[in-house]
Amino acid sequence: MSLSLIIKREFNSKVRNKSFIVMTFLSPLLVVAMAVLIGYLASLNGNEKVKIGVYDQSAMLKNDLKSSDKTEYIDLSDLSLAGAKQKASNDFEGLVYVPKVDSLQQLSTKVEYLSNESPNLDFVSGVESIIDDKLTKANLKNLGFDYDKIEKAKTESNIHLSKFSGEETFKEASIVKIAIGGLSGYLIMMFVIIYGNMVMRSVIEEKTNRIIEIIISSVKPFKLMMGKIIGTSLAGVLQFIIWSILGVTLFFVLGSIFNVPMGSAATSTPQGAQVAAEATQGIQIYLSEIGKLPLFSIFISFIVYFIGGYFLYSSLYAAIGAAVDSETDSQQFLLPIIMPLMLGVYVGFFTVISDPHGTVATVFSMIPLTSPIVMMMRIPFGVPLWQILVSVAILFTTFFFVVWFAAKIYRIGILMYGKKPTYKEIFKWLKY
Amino acid sequence: MEPILEVKNVVKQYGDYTALNSVSLQVPRGSIYGLLGPNGAGKTSLIRIINQITMPDSGEVFLDGEKLNPNHIGQIGYMPEERGLYKTMKVGEQALYLAQLKGLSKKEAKTQLEYWFEKLEIQGWWNKKIQELSKGMAQKIQFVVTVLHQPKLLIFDEPFSGFDPVNANLIKDEILGLRDKGATIIFSTHRMESVEEMCDHIALIHQSNKLIEGPLNEVKKQYRTNTFEVGVVTNNNHQFTGELSQKYKVAPANFKTLDDELKLLVTVPEGVSSRQLLNELVQKGDVTYFVEKIPSVNDIFIETVSKR
Repeated sequence: MSLSLIIKREFNSKVRNKSFIVMTFLSPLLVVAMAVLIGYLASLNGNEKVKIGVYDQSAMLKNDLKSSDKTEYIDLSDLSLAGAKQKASNDFEGLVYVPKVDSLQQLSTKVEYLSNESPNLDFVSGVESIIDDKLTKANLKNLGFDYDKIEKAKTESNIHLSKFSGEETFKEASIVKIAIGGLSGYLIMMFVIIYGNMVMRSVIEEKTNRIIEIIISSVKPFKLMMGKIIGTSLAGVLQFIIWSILGVTLFFVLGSIFNVPMGSAATSTPQGAQVAAEATQGIQIYLSEIGKLPLFSIFISFIVYFIGGYFLYSSLYAAIGAAVDSETDSQQFLLPIIMPLMLGVYVGFFTVISDPHGTVATVFSMIPLTSPIVMMMRIPFGVPLWQILVSVAILFTTFFFVVWFAAKIYRIGILMYGKKPTYKEIFKWLKY
Repeated sequence: MEPILEVKNVVKQYGDYTALNSVSLQVPRGSIYGLLGPNGAGKTSLIRIINQITMPDSGEVFLDGEKLNPNHIGQIGYMPEERGLYKTMKVGEQALYLAQLKGLSKKEAKTQLEYWFEKLEIQGWWNKKIQELSKGMAQKIQFVVTVLHQPKLLIFDEPFSGFDPVNANLIKDEILGLRDKGATIIFSTHRMESVEEMCDHIALIHQSNKLIEGPLNEVKKQYRTNTFEVGVVTNNNHQFTGELSQKYKVAPANFKTLDDELKLLVTVPEGVSSRQLLNELVQKGDVTYFVEKIPSVNDIFIETVSKR
């Protein structure tokens, strides 16, 4: 009875807060605006042509440096070296300087690139590979090989992937799995941090308001803490639901806006039609891959890990809120909470993707502080059921233990004012 | 009559620090009970135990003869010294929430709220947020929230701080009214004049121990010193004082009178009656003033606390 009252109050106070409303409706727009802005800036950057001067005293390389839509090479070999440097320094991005060499071989070490600013690495390796190509071809010719034949002999393989169960898989499937796993893991982390902080702030608010004493003369601190955690999480769930609805709507709206003109342009030229068909086929592959994933069990495990992870962490956040008097004092205690979350995400992105069933990934998907994130990233790749069960069992055992421990700190902490407690003092509270 | 609240040998320790050292109290039904003590004496610890905010390490508390249990929460109203309400929540919503936490149904809470809002003439505040109210206004809300669920035991920690004299009087009258309706009131305060004025029982806690407890008059009798304030018009003040000093302990006194008489503080030994002293005085001069000096709560407090 009183628990539901507390949940209701927490939920209402979060949801009616102006910043919640603004965040809920504005942030999807901000995300879209950011995406558009980044896309636009990227396209701006791509359109810019970089002008590079070429001063080739041996005339061995200048014909190989072909202008593309990103770089334009301008031959300055007719000028004096000083004049070419002067011009390139003033008007161009840089100057490729090829000194007079006796043999082609010397090109590999003699070519210089001069510029005012450090050059773009892509460009440098581009020029290097042009030189490499030229030298390799010449070397092959000297050794009596026919370059064109070698080129023809090169093949590009495409391994056909399938499971022992006979199911066919595509390479695209891995991308889909990484995307879905990564997204769920990342969502859990974000949710824990954002809403855990909210729980902490709400505890601090009650403490600094001094209303806490009135409330815990009516309800048990444990109930208050749980009510707070549940109420706040419901507000978060509501926010996610609104975001998903907005996201899906936005996706369809944008899709219909961009699809129509694209479709008509594509069909007008045969080449366009082919590209469009390929694109559709690609999307179809991705979609069918998504369909093949055990979506329902992914969804269920998401919910289970989400609940376990969120409650585990937010009860810690609540304990921290109870121990301190103001948010500024909380930093010291927050670090040990953020660390395992970050670790989870990094371990997830660096080890799960390369080796979803390796030792590191498996171990971290068992450790309760990282398992909600790491296991969610592994699940789309197919995890044996026993591993999931063990991991969930560990998570929930820890969860009950941590809630008990946090409730003890909370119970004492909310009545303590004044000095910021040390870890030692907090440890002492456990024994009260 | 059975006391409404009985505290039996309650001990509370925080680590090595003993906040309450086997404290026992009996709060009579229908009394206004002053819980006194210097800062850090253990009053708040005791109040928190009565409110079941914390548990005693040992000892028991009985409310209405029944061992304290969660069902008692709705029967106690507590106004802590550090007042607190949700600053951004609306007054009405907040009061409803807190009353419901105490176990009232929404409908009951609403009826009670309307009654109190009307009584304190604050009907217009229902939709205001606490942060829009002045401190005194917020205090009124705090008071309403404390008494809303009609508890039989009310605990007020410094109830008058933050009120102007008009509102303090208003609240005082409301408290007395609640007592008349049958509630028992525990009063924790450092304002001795309000203890003097309102309490009929007191207890003094100092350094985690209860030192004094009982009806105010009884306590005062214990602390009576057989000292009288005397005003006399004499022919020779010096001679008069000299003669009196041979028999009694005499000190100059200070009290307000109309004439310019000799003012003395006379302490008589045990066994000497006031009549005897008065007879002696009358023989030597015109007595204009004769009052037994009754120890004030303030005197008792200071004497007890500094003796330790």
